[in-house]
Amino acid sequence: MKTQRSTRIWCLTCAALFALGGCATTANNPKDPFEGFNRAMFAVNEGIDVVVKPIAQGYDVAAPLPLKVVIGNFFGNIWDAWTAVNNLLQGKGGDAASDVGRVLINSTLGIGGAFDIAGEMGLTKHSEDFGQTLGKWGVGDGPFFYWPIIGPRTTRDTFGWMVDVYCDPVWRVDDMALRNSLVATRYINLRASLLPSDKVVREAAFDRYEYIRDAYLQHRRSEIFDGAQPHEVIVDEPAR
Amino acid sequence: MMKFACSLLFALFCSLTPALAQDNAPDALVRKVTDDVLTVVRQDREIRSGNTSKAIELVETKVLPYFNFQRMTALAVGRDWNKATAEQKTRLAEEFKTLLVRTYANALTSYKDQRIVYKPTKLPPDDSSVVVRTEVVQPGSQAVQIDYELAKQGDVWQVYDVRVAGVSLVTNYRDTFSQEVRSNGIDGLIAMLGKRNRELQARKS
Repeated sequence: MKTQRSTRIWCLTCAALFALGGCATTANNPKDPFEGFNRAMFAVNEGIDVVVKPIAQGYDVAAPLPLKVVIGNFFGNIWDAWTAVNNLLQGKGGDAASDVGRVLINSTLGIGGAFDIAGEMGLTKHSEDFGQTLGKWGVGDGPFFYWPIIGPRTTRDTFGWMVDVYCDPVWRVDDMALRNSLVATRYINLRASLLPSDKVVREAAFDRYEYIRDAYLQHRRSEIFDGAQPHEVIVDEPAR
Repeated sequence: MMKFACSLLFALFCSLTPALAQDNAPDALVRKVTDDVLTVVRQDREIRSGNTSKAIELVETKVLPYFNFQRMTALAVGRDWNKATAEQKTRLAEEFKTLLVRTYANALTSYKDQRIVYKPTKLPPDDSSVVVRTEVVQPGSQAVQIDYELAKQGDVWQVYDVRVAGVSLVTNYRDTFSQEVRSNGIDGLIAMLGKRNRELQARKS
């Protein structure tokens, strides 16, 4: 508990410090005023990834698909509970009820969340977090940040993420060794799931930082609107 | 009674026929192209183990005819598109096509038996533009939404935008492209795309 609080304070302090430090950098993109800082952190993460990626690749090769599915389902089931809360906060009672149903069914029939029985029964998996809830409530993106380890987040989603972590049962496991291995497994599993997109981004992007930033912003916008974002018509000429 | 049943059958038949005849409807088109492509990918071990050039060949034969690259390029370039001459537009679209085909092909090589779900499509009354929504369902993680935007070009529907998990493969380039146009003009942008394509081509992966 104590570690958690200090982590949170650390995050907030960093956010404040970096926000101040970022003011000094020149920026020409209104949605990314701290581009200098962000690019530096992007480079830091690339460095960290030199270590993380091989682990994720090893895991990807070593773990058979059914095991990866079970691991994904297990953490997904824990997140489903938080999704239910957020759906409720967003006024989507039907979805929230379905999420609660998912957790109940998968935790019991699905043996502690290992199997997605509810999904097979037709209860669709949703994915919500507190950043999306804030977005639904009308909180704007705010400046974009690229954080070490946790990666891209808008200001709103940075606060959303802190609330997510605060409420995350995995971070609340008392046994420190168990908690750390759970967090690490989830992180490696997430990194492994992103391996296929590495090559796509590497070949498609002219500036990987920019490509990832803009993709993240589009993706979050779509998530807040649950995939049905209003159409953006920006092109002046329909151009046949 | 028999007569009633017959007329009911007839009515049913009439209402079904247009649906069957709508083979060139946008959702049917997306489904057909996706099925065709995935049938090949499922059988082709080389593509699935990351042979991009083979995947590119597949995309070029099966997917290209249904994509409107001129319009895609216009969408990616944004308002600078109007500054380009007809010749520049053609060259720009050609280079952007090469790049997008590779991106699409790269994504295909990571296909691992995921199931595709086609969401119901609402056809707009004016028949101008439509979004066909699909979902890639994979066990152990949340489904990835893939949306295709199509517009009617004469008699045929053509795709002009693809969004993966809400991210448009086309408009995601907008900032990068407009920056390049601002500093080096339309020709600079053509050169930038051309350079990248040649590099990737030379890598031969």
